[in-house]
Amino acid sequence: MLLAAILFGLGLAGVLARRNVIFILMSLEVMLNGAGLAFVAAGARWGQADGQVMYLFTLATAAAEVAVGLALALRMFRLLKSLDADLARRLRG
Amino acid sequence: MLLAFNVSAGVAIAATALMITRLNVVHALLYLVVSLLAVATVLFTLGAPFVAALEVIIYAGAMMVLFVFVMMLLNLGRRGTREERAWLRPGAWVGPGILAAILVVQLVYVLSVPDGQAAALRAVGPKAVALVLFGPYLLGVELVSMLLLAGIVGAYHLGWNHPEEREDFDAIESAGPCDAAGGDPVRTRTGGSAGAP
Repeated sequence: MLLAAILFGLGLAGVLARRNVIFILMSLEVMLNGAGLAFVAAGARWGQADGQVMYLFTLATAAAEVAVGLALALRMFRLLKSLDADLARRLRG
Repeated sequence: MLLAFNVSAGVAIAATALMITRLNVVHALLYLVVSLLAVATVLFTLGAPFVAALEVIIYAGAMMVLFVFVMMLLNLGRRGTREERAWLRPGAWVGPGILAAILVVQLVYVLSVPDGQAAALRAVGPKAVALVLFGPYLLGVELVSMLLLAGIVGAYHLGWNHPEEREDFDAIESAGPCDAAGGDPVRTRTGGSAGAP
């Protein structure tokens, strides 16, 4: 549970601190991962399978979110015409 | 098994902290893969082998392929090739390599232990998960499938090149004119993969 909290906090720090869209997406992955880990840990604590089922749902949601988010990043890259993906990019588009 | 949990938890936290402090996207991706593998090991020590396998396959496999593919699309042309040559120098592989080596050692240790499951916690096998997943949560499974369909359609719609933007995009990468909208994603894709090595 502590590990899940730390992972979630690190992901949140990544979302807040970084301005690159790819980094924000990766930090969101870490946050969802931490939340899913909390589900599985709780399920293992009480011996129920519901936690793992919830983790599967989180996994599918993260997959859909990454697909849409990366497509949005591509569109933003084409609109803002910034070739360097490492540069700080403000979400003004 | 508690030792395995602690070590992999430490690897996960270290890899995540290194991931969000990298300036380079590819380096951060390497650390993110290591972090996901470490979390998969944590899940395995928690007595959830099915979810751990799914974590490796979907997170560390499919999603990382998506990330790498988009980054290859974002860095087109000769400039991208030069950047990738700088990214893939051997020094970048040392940190994730060390963390991944720790995980490999741990995997061998866990597999060598005869009773490979968690002792303090009750292990929940894939059979119990499947019984619950397709029993009370059947509606949720259908909703997730619809969500994935919506994700596919949305990603396809957003990734489609509109004609007026395509001219700008062509001007950026200083390539020849392109006649059909259908041919453009294919050409972009080949350009991205050609810049990879």
